[in-house]
Amino acid sequence: MTLPKATELPIGAVIPEPGSTRRNTTAGWRTLRPVINDERCVRCQLCWLYCPEGTIVEKKGVFKVGGRTYDVRYEINYDYCKGCGICANECPTKAIEMVPETP
Amino acid sequence: MMVQKTKQVEALTSNYAAAYAVKAVDVDVIAVYPITPQTTIIEKLSEFIANGELNAEIIHVESEHSALSAVVGASATGARVFTATSSQGLEFAHEVLHIASGFRLPIVMAVPGRALSAPISIHGDYSDVMNARDTGWVIYIAATAQEVYDTVIQAYKLAESVLLPVMVAYDGFLMSHTMEPVELNDEEEVRSFVPRAARPYTLNPRRPVTMGPLASPDWYYELKYQQVLALREAYKAAAEVDAQYGRRFGRRYGLVEGYRMEDADYAIVVYGGAAYGNAREAADRAREAGIAAGVVRVRLYRPFPTEEVLKALEGVKAFAVVDRAIMFGSPAEGPLYKDIATAMYIHGVDKPALNVIHGIGQRPIYVEDMYKIYAALRENPRRGVVFMGVRI
Repeated sequence: MTLPKATELPIGAVIPEPGSTRRNTTAGWRTLRPVINDERCVRCQLCWLYCPEGTIVEKKGVFKVGGRTYDVRYEINYDYCKGCGICANECPTKAIEMVPETP
Repeated sequence: MMVQKTKQVEALTSNYAAAYAVKAVDVDVIAVYPITPQTTIIEKLSEFIANGELNAEIIHVESEHSALSAVVGASATGARVFTATSSQGLEFAHEVLHIASGFRLPIVMAVPGRALSAPISIHGDYSDVMNARDTGWVIYIAATAQEVYDTVIQAYKLAESVLLPVMVAYDGFLMSHTMEPVELNDEEEVRSFVPRAARPYTLNPRRPVTMGPLASPDWYYELKYQQVLALREAYKAAAEVDAQYGRRFGRRYGLVEGYRMEDADYAIVVYGGAAYGNAREAADRAREAGIAAGVVRVRLYRPFPTEEVLKALEGVKAFAVVDRAIMFGSPAEGPLYKDIATAMYIHGVDKPALNVIHGIGQRPIYVEDMYKIYAALRENPRRGVVFMGVRI
């Protein structure tokens, strides 16, 4: 996403229309992004539980991973994930890796 | 032949001159908290409102922080606003100074400069004003009551054209409480000179906007850079407003004023009323004694009129900058000196410049002191800081 230049922004840091937070994402300051290795994930739900922003998404379905079948998978909503790394820290199987964000 | 209009001349203090200018531009909201030596501005404005001469809402607040906050709120709705403060009051409002400029609100504030505590001093210097110099406000420093009147009117025109708050500073007590003849403009003329312009964004329930949102690292820098650009624009606009004012009302000052600078070898650079008056008198005496002396007065302090200052000092062999504020622990303790030294360094100009700190807490600056500076400049042009008038 390309952000507007200094000269293109409304004067005085005004947000000129209501409801812009529905459109604007809030992950712009993230420097590291968590990446889940589905092979190692044991579906313990700890990342989902610990995420302070609620950006770990629990997906229902039938997921065949290796020789096993799960009825749930965890994904990250990168529009709102701030890259704090709590999920990676808490993951007991080290299934989440923090990867540098590319500009 | 031109028809001579009868001019209205009143004996006014600089504080009253500011109040008359505020009345002339017809403000909507004034928020006030009394602090010496600012109080008499608000007393006069209250009188105008009580007499029905000015139709404005006056908000009595419980502090200067609240006073500036109240005018920030009022200005955000599109109202034309005014407030005034001094010294600790300006310090107390310091946080809101950044908010006013960040919101790009055309607030006009009068500041008769006063020393800062501790120890308590109610007397004049420019410590308070100089502490506000990096807040994104336009800062004028006037030298006469007449100029205070003219500058407050110019300030509204400038503020509303570039969307920046403007501070009009002048000497506490030495100007705020002393009377001078002031020529007042016809109020209808003033109002046609400063018409109310539509603002891009105001608080309006029919057109909702958000003011003061959070800006994460991906937005903040750009918004602050906008303010840098706005102050650069204000630099050009201030000269233009001054020229327009001169054409309409017959008085203009420029951003930098010179006295006997045409062929001066030695100059004193000053700001404010007392220093300018005494420096001019000293320059006259120095000229009688055969020293080619001149005075430069910086009228617009922020944005800093680099070009004009460099041009004014182009021909001199050496100069001194008289500062009435102290930047503790700085390489040279005078704020104006620092600005001029920076301007000269950037433009590759190198000449002896002395920083004279004087008039702190209204320590009297005598004409003789100024004369001594000229004599010292001629005898031994050098660099460095001199604390004049202090017992050491």
